[in-house]
Amino acid sequence: MRKTIVLSAAICAAIGAAILPLARASADDDGMRVKPVNDAKVSKECSACHMLYPAGLLPAPAWEAMMKGLNDHFGENASLDAETTAAITAYLTANAANAKGGRDKYSGQQTAAQDGSLRISGQAWFRREHDEVTPQMLKRRNAKSISDCKACHKDAERGIFEDED
Amino acid sequence: MISRSPIILALLVAATAAWAEPNAAQKIIFDQFAAQAKSGDPAFKGFSAERGRDFFLGQHTGGKPDTASCTSCHTKDLTKPGQTRAGKAIEPMAASVNPKRFTDAAEVEKWFRRNCGDVLGRECTLTEKGDVLAFLLSQ
Repeated sequence: MRKTIVLSAAICAAIGAAILPLARASADDDGMRVKPVNDAKVSKECSACHMLYPAGLLPAPAWEAMMKGLNDHFGENASLDAETTAAITAYLTANAANAKGGRDKYSGQQTAAQDGSLRISGQAWFRREHDEVTPQMLKRRNAKSISDCKACHKDAERGIFEDED
Repeated sequence: MISRSPIILALLVAATAAWAEPNAAQKIIFDQFAAQAKSGDPAFKGFSAERGRDFFLGQHTGGKPDTASCTSCHTKDLTKPGQTRAGKAIEPMAASVNPKRFTDAAEVEKWFRRNCGDVLGRECTLTEKGDVLAFLLSQ
């Protein structure tokens, strides 16, 4: 009996020691990790015109509103047939900021449902994280705009946002 | 060596001809457009690559000012990649260098619907779509 307790405690300690650094690593200052898109339809349709943004960067209501307005998607006609629209909306909302692998779970903060705009770059956390970014820096990186994550975070589509100099 | 040259020449000609011919999947889509046009107008004489060229390369009104032409994003060299307004590369439009183009009917309709809206501010007519397809398949 005593042996079992000691052993259990040892196992718990071992597991804790193994898990803690992992938990801390993903919440490190090194950058942000979110789940990359793992759906073929979403990958195809949502990266035809721009980079593939991970679903965990926006709250579900923002994705829902965006998918309802694809006829005027930030000035572009990005309309899809009803079936594809529904399937993509379901994926994006199920994998939004508050889902497993989403930004909220990573940061421990809730992403506001309507945080300024439907743009990822309009979210308060995004603006805070990029407050040092100047137009000159974007130009130097050949970024088309601040929405062009990959200009600085080369693995952005894989959900890896390392801090850059 | 001398006797082999005509064969090589013939092969080269065949290869060039093959490039200019739509592949099977492209032909199905093009034929569907033509069948649709014919069912709507018994006097339909076929699509015109020449008209399609003028339409594709021309400037239009009614759409968005920064996309007044197909070439705003696709550029005038259709064998080279274009660029979306967000900065992403668009695969070349010319069927000769991009045989995957115009092989999926739903994709063809999707992009006509989106891009005609952005360039013209309206849907394209069946004739306009067929003409553009004829032009791009000949490229």
